[in-house]
Amino acid sequence: MSGDPFSEDVTIPSDLAEAHLLQNRIEAALQANGYDEHAIFAIKLAVEEALVNAIKHGNQMDPDKRVHVNFQITTERFDVRITDEGPGFNPDDVPDPTVDDNIERPCGRGLLLIRGFMTEVMYHGRGNVVTMSKLRNGEPSASE
Amino acid sequence: MASQPARRRRLEVEDIGDIAVVNFVDKKILDEQNIQMIGDDLFRLVDELGRRKVLLNFGNVDFMSSAALGKLITLHRKLQAVQGKLVLCKIAKDILDVFKITKLDRILTITPDEQSGLQSF
Repeated sequence: MSGDPFSEDVTIPSDLAEAHLLQNRIEAALQANGYDEHAIFAIKLAVEEALVNAIKHGNQMDPDKRVHVNFQITTERFDVRITDEGPGFNPDDVPDPTVDDNIERPCGRGLLLIRGFMTEVMYHGRGNVVTMSKLRNGEPSASE
Repeated sequence: MASQPARRRRLEVEDIGDIAVVNFVDKKILDEQNIQMIGDDLFRLVDELGRRKVLLNFGNVDFMSSAALGKLITLHRKLQAVQGKLVLCKIAKDILDVFKITKLDRILTITPDEQSGLQSF
């Protein structure tokens, strides 16, 4: 499959172990398409953070709710769409975890890392859908 | 593999003078349950074993998500509260980006290798 565009639609339960199995498949497909270790790290981290958000904050770990994932990999770029069945959220409402008053708060760093490591990030609908892209040779957009 | 993770050792602690040098056993600091246990073990160093100088060596770690960062900040605060110090060393470039993007590199002391970490106390 090396070099061939790869696309998959997956629905997983609200279970972090299932999310990790999916991440392993994504990693294998990225390797097969020649992505280097830094790009793979960036994508793995962003997908991990987004799936944890979907399962924990979106679906509230509800075993009756699912997370829907569509990802596409070409030699040029990685695209993923992650949809949970929760009420959604407004990313602008999440406190900035880099300011002093929030530095000890546990939330918000995942969103920051997603933006930092991916080339494009967008939230859709009521905020329960996120699309993320990474250009294979692109630099992280928010890293200083 | 699907069974409950046992209460196994996740940290290796070596005393160099009065500094506790901590190596992570796992290459990935990821799973929430693992992170909870790693946090418990780290906090025990300060709260129960009275360590005041802790050097975390990330040389063995190749992946870490945001879930672990909260534990490191809590450990940093615990040590500050008892006039101690936390130092992180030997962090791979990609993981260093995690600290830079979240700006935690501004509040945590990070050194390139263990030797410079030991000298930073």
